[in-house]
Amino acid sequence: MSTTAQNLSDTPDEPRRIVIVNAGTSDPSSSRMLADRIAQKTIDQLGAQGIPASVRLIDLGPLAGEVAHAIVSGFPEGKLLDAVHQLAAADGVIVATPVYKAGMSGLLKSFVDILDNDLLIAKPLVLSATAGTARHALVIDDQLRSLFAFMRSLTTPTSVFAAPEDWADPSLLGRIERAANELSAMIATGISAAITGKIWDKYQHSFGSNARPDGAAAEFNFDTDLMRLATGGSSIAARS
Amino acid sequence: MQFGIFAVSDITQDPTTGYTPSEAERIEASVKIAVKAEEVGLDVFAMGEHHNAPFFSSSPVTLLAHIAALTHRIILSTSTTLITTNDPVRIAEEYAMAQHLAKGRLDITLGRGNTVPVYPWFGKDIRQGLPLALENYNLLHRLWSEDVVDWEGTFRTPLQGFTSTPRPLDDVAPFVWHGSIRTPEIAEQAAYYGNGFFANNLFAPNGHFKPLVDFYRKRFAHYGHGTEEQAIVGLGGQAFIAHRSQDAFDAYRPYFNSAPVYDHSNSLEQWAEASPLSVGSPQQIIDKTLEFRDMFGDYQRQLWLMDHAGLPLGMVLDQLELLGSEVVPVLRKEMAARRSPGAAEAPTHESRVRAKYGDAEPRQPRPNANRGDNVTGTSPYQDSDPERPANYPVLL
Repeated sequence: MSTTAQNLSDTPDEPRRIVIVNAGTSDPSSSRMLADRIAQKTIDQLGAQGIPASVRLIDLGPLAGEVAHAIVSGFPEGKLLDAVHQLAAADGVIVATPVYKAGMSGLLKSFVDILDNDLLIAKPLVLSATAGTARHALVIDDQLRSLFAFMRSLTTPTSVFAAPEDWADPSLLGRIERAANELSAMIATGISAAITGKIWDKYQHSFGSNARPDGAAAEFNFDTDLMRLATGGSSIAARS
Repeated sequence: MQFGIFAVSDITQDPTTGYTPSEAERIEASVKIAVKAEEVGLDVFAMGEHHNAPFFSSSPVTLLAHIAALTHRIILSTSTTLITTNDPVRIAEEYAMAQHLAKGRLDITLGRGNTVPVYPWFGKDIRQGLPLALENYNLLHRLWSEDVVDWEGTFRTPLQGFTSTPRPLDDVAPFVWHGSIRTPEIAEQAAYYGNGFFANNLFAPNGHFKPLVDFYRKRFAHYGHGTEEQAIVGLGGQAFIAHRSQDAFDAYRPYFNSAPVYDHSNSLEQWAEASPLSVGSPQQIIDKTLEFRDMFGDYQRQLWLMDHAGLPLGMVLDQLELLGSEVVPVLRKEMAARRSPGAAEAPTHESRVRAKYGDAEPRQPRPNANRGDNVTGTSPYQDSDPERPANYPVLL
């Protein structure tokens, strides 16, 4: 049984892949700055344990048109599909969004909407958000946690929220370090592969999902009632 | 390789004139289109099944039987026959009957149907759509291959000592294609029985259906029906042709713009580039179709959607003229030149009779005598296997 994405990291020398999904669209983007800090701390902490890691950035702004097309057509294509593949191969993910109108960026939600349901299963993931006021602090716990719970991601216990005043407050760095520590611990222990490695079949998958780009027939689960029915079996026998 | 057209029987307002044809006009037009398809040298005409307006084809088998009487050579098929909401017993009977009348020029493509309200209209539950399709085909297969069937399943009343009549022509069932766009269980069933697999190849990016076709090929080989390249693959597609490429885009654009089946956040040009929709000159259609072969491997049947979206009958007939005279002859040559020697031939009734009987005479079932109770005793036909007697339910 293979989980393509996770198994890439089983080679000890292969750097762990950390992928930032940034929904901030200004330049410089404070969401991006927050994600960068979390990513840097994560790399530092993995490095201290002798685990090399690399960071890749998925900036959603330039993909906005393709995200919108994919919402309508149902099929991610081109650079957006490349981003989906990058995400599928990630060992850890940092999601960063600005808060708009008391919620996550619609661009982030649309991006997650076009992902296969099984793409982020058991994937270690830090939630972070920036906002113009501290009164939006619960957006992460109210909205992002439930979204990524649906995706069955392993969100870190600590999420990171930054209002304007937080950027001058050393305790932001403390929260960044804590979240990075949790993320690096999850990556280092290989908990993702430990969860999905043996029971990948027990999750719902749709055929051709990008979660396993090279998912071939050999890895397919034929041990189901429907597959037995497909091959001349009886649904009566399946029920009893 | 077989080339043809398939349709879904939509009755759509022509956006360029505002004219909506009547059901009577569209039904008559479909017959003319099928006859024309034979005239211009196409191999297959297929019609879908729908039970809701704005579609007319609630009974494709009736239409096909009529067309069979007006044609001589073209193979008639469906796109698709609903294996979920139809009783498989009625499918077995009606399509065997039509197969006789068409002298074997009939095969069938099975699909689940995705119109939610249709299921309850026929007493079914769409949430059970997949197990319904699988179980119903298991039964259909037995009804066409065994004289006497005892059967019990989840979705229909049990059968005891049942014989589906008439037996298929020459005791060779109509060839079965299983259509699916995303369901591995359907591909698996096609592979298990050694039947054909049809991907409609519409409304999705180029190559989108390849993983499922590849899956079917692997499983076809797994079940010992032949090599992966001997699996029987059919592909859909869509074409709008004019001598000059720009004329094709100009003429098709208003129909594209009003058709609800496209994602209109992309332009006609983007669709023609990135999806199997072929718009342009005959050479462009040829090139695009040859790319299907590059992507999917050698395949046995290519059907295009050409009669839809409100295109007037005259325009559809002109399209068929171009398809038959300038596109298909070149494709026949080019596909044959590229074809691997190991690839399967497209199945026909003749080839299937030959495969079953060789040079021997095909079986012609003759019933035993009526006993006075409208049944024939324990053996429906004079040559039925005595080891498989019909045991009817009895009132005690």
